[in-house]
Amino acid sequence: MYSTNGNNIPRIGFYICHCGHNIASIVDVVEVQKYAATLPGVTVSRDYKYMCSDPGQELIQQDIKEHNLNRIVVASCSPLLHEHTFRLAAEKAGLNPYYFHMVNVRENVSWVHDNKEQATEKAKDLARAAIKRVFFHKPLEKKTVQIKPDVLIVGGGIAGIHSALTIANAGKHVYLVEREPTIGGHMAMFDKTFPTLDCAACILTPKMSAVKSHPNITLWTYSEVEKIDGFVGNYKATIKRKPRYVNEELCVGCLDCIEACIYKEAKYPDEFNLGLSKRKPIYIPFPQATPQVVLFDPETCIDFKSHRCKKTCIEACERNAIDLKQTAKFEEIEVGTVIISTGFKTYDPKLSPQYGYGKLPNVYTSLEIERLVNASGPTAGEVVTRDGKKPESVGIIHCVGSRDEKSNKWCSRVCCMYSLKLAHLIKEHTGAEVYNFYIDMRTPGKGYEEFYDKFMNEGVHFIRGRVAEVTDWALVPEEENKLTIRVEDTLIGVVRRIPVDMVVLSVGLEPREDASEIRRMFNISCSSEGFFLERHPKLAPVNTFTDGIFIAGACQGPKDIPDTVAQAGAAAEALSLISAGKIELEPNTAQVIEKYCSGCKSCIPLCPYTAISFKEDIKKAYINEALCKGCGTCVAACPSGSITQNMFEDEQIFSEIEGLLKFAGIELEEKEVEHA
Amino acid sequence: MLSSDKKWEPRIIAFFCNWCTYTAADLAGVSRLKYAPNVRVIRVMCSGRVDPQFILHVFASGADGVLIGGCHPGDCHYSEGNYKMLRRFMLLKRMLKKMGIEEDRCRLEWISAAEGEKVKSVINDMVEKVRKLGPLGIPKRISKIDKEIKIIEKEINPEEAVEHA
Repeated sequence: MYSTNGNNIPRIGFYICHCGHNIASIVDVVEVQKYAATLPGVTVSRDYKYMCSDPGQELIQQDIKEHNLNRIVVASCSPLLHEHTFRLAAEKAGLNPYYFHMVNVRENVSWVHDNKEQATEKAKDLARAAIKRVFFHKPLEKKTVQIKPDVLIVGGGIAGIHSALTIANAGKHVYLVEREPTIGGHMAMFDKTFPTLDCAACILTPKMSAVKSHPNITLWTYSEVEKIDGFVGNYKATIKRKPRYVNEELCVGCLDCIEACIYKEAKYPDEFNLGLSKRKPIYIPFPQATPQVVLFDPETCIDFKSHRCKKTCIEACERNAIDLKQTAKFEEIEVGTVIISTGFKTYDPKLSPQYGYGKLPNVYTSLEIERLVNASGPTAGEVVTRDGKKPESVGIIHCVGSRDEKSNKWCSRVCCMYSLKLAHLIKEHTGAEVYNFYIDMRTPGKGYEEFYDKFMNEGVHFIRGRVAEVTDWALVPEEENKLTIRVEDTLIGVVRRIPVDMVVLSVGLEPREDASEIRRMFNISCSSEGFFLERHPKLAPVNTFTDGIFIAGACQGPKDIPDTVAQAGAAAEALSLISAGKIELEPNTAQVIEKYCSGCKSCIPLCPYTAISFKEDIKKAYINEALCKGCGTCVAACPSGSITQNMFEDEQIFSEIEGLLKFAGIELEEKEVEHA
Repeated sequence: MLSSDKKWEPRIIAFFCNWCTYTAADLAGVSRLKYAPNVRVIRVMCSGRVDPQFILHVFASGADGVLIGGCHPGDCHYSEGNYKMLRRFMLLKRMLKKMGIEEDRCRLEWISAAEGEKVKSVINDMVEKVRKLGPLGIPKRISKIDKEIKIIEKEINPEEAVEHA
């Protein structure tokens, strides 16, 4: 009746997990267990508190040996979580792991339904379908692929830098690709870091130069990943190196060219200082930029526009490093693993017009203040308003673009802490009265609450309430020529108006604008807010659903520097793959059964990996297993049914459908009709 | 007997792709979103694996609806399997219509791994729509037709019909 590969009649072991109360509180597991025991082929049927635990797995292994089981069905959580665990358990007992099938009665049943009776019925249906399905399972061999030892890291902020150094120190080669002309990311813009108040540059710049000088790191700044193909262990990437119009090998960063530029005064907004200072068309982002190489901005350089510049910069360069005819270069590399650490962007406060950013000149973002308090910033560390005055009072507004239904719902995690830090730094630099307007103070982390306590005693004012607006419309003489913050102080229950000279908006963290394009290119997922999605928040926080692609840092979600560096342990995941040297892939590939193939070629254009070719001599299609990734599109399309997919064979799915549809009523209905 | 005692409930089979929609269903579970218990999910690697024959077989086996969930256009884990599914789906829809199977009984939805909420709303919406349409009952209809054919066969050629029996 059933095809069972060889002569062995299926002897199925069925196990249903209570998962503590997670499953058992909604699904009557004992009833499902008893029901499964009555189904054809089932030799053993058990329920157990935690199937994934060691004793649970041993139960399966013991039964395999004792009852000579040759098929295993486990009804528990999602296969995405524990399929691997149970397959391994079966394998240890000497059973081919692909004789196993998993039923999801937690995420698909107990967690999403309230009605116990209906949930139990559903669990029974799913169990029956799986039991019918495993009749058709076949023993399969895992596909092993080699892992190329080189690693590509996308994004050279602190996450990318730390990952790159970890891997390079382990003796593996890293390609670090950074879009901006320098590595360092947001951290390079900060003056001090919380909670230790140590200088960001002192921690970061040695790491940056270590990256530059490391023999195992190829650093490509001002570059972007153009294309990536392949699969775990064997990725081929094309990196576009945008033209700097300066030969990176020749430039030593003497900056004579900048001095010699025909523009005597810098007149274009400086990106690194967020437009708070000016730069020339030829520039270096900041003094410690790594690599120490200048670049041209073709948008502002006269020569690019009119070709009539005197080119004093070229004359000034002793090493002839300037090459105005430079074009984009494309590098092709082969890597085994990829770490994506593309970071975040800050919320654009213009989208919350009540705070007046962009309209009222003395409303700043927190990142701008970071530059102002920075000793190497546009004012050399002087905190001054746009008219050059030292502020006497400063208001810091928390949660701008965070915890807000109108902008971003999430807490950005870092703002409370950096607002405290900025309050302290502003007070230190100017002696101003500083007001913090907060909804809740969130300071979880080692030494963080103590940091908060310290500043409460330092005389920083804390006002609890979401700010309604920032206005320059004075109602009383004290508000003249000031910015007034209108807020309901929810602790005393009154609306207050507080005049200040400067307003700082603590902007939240958001995914980068092009996170979606990156996601598509690397074939990974995003969570609903747009940050990259990890494979599992606890068990695989730096893995993605695509093997060999890891994520680190704030591209996965808002994070402070310590957490980012800790997460740059994505490097460890990459390294563990590299040192294993190989990885086993699911054998869910497709193959052509030659005798049924009519040679119609309809499958060939369907394959996105060009895995299918046509054998002219025998007029049959052929699937290259090494290229096949196992989507099954060709299988579904083959008109003669001559292509099969391992683990998802037609008869397996048909039997699953039939198993599912023997709903309590149906068989009876059919019989009724027959009898009538 | 039993079928008349019990209130009829829509029976829907869903094919969810491993990477987006199945993950979204897991997310719905982890988020403890509650939805109608009428849908049974079959996991496939890609919506492109869903053979129109599966859908026909589901209907023929007595289901009242089929839901197919894949990644959003452009997000397919296998580049374009979801487009391939879409093409087939358009053809199949026309065919189902001709067979008298209402449009709302077969549905294709793009649900990304982040859209647990959408799994819930799509399933609830579909269950309601199918509930309004009532049971499809293809197996019943087929057996009725079979019986009629047998009667006709008997009338045409009584001896052969006896042989068959």
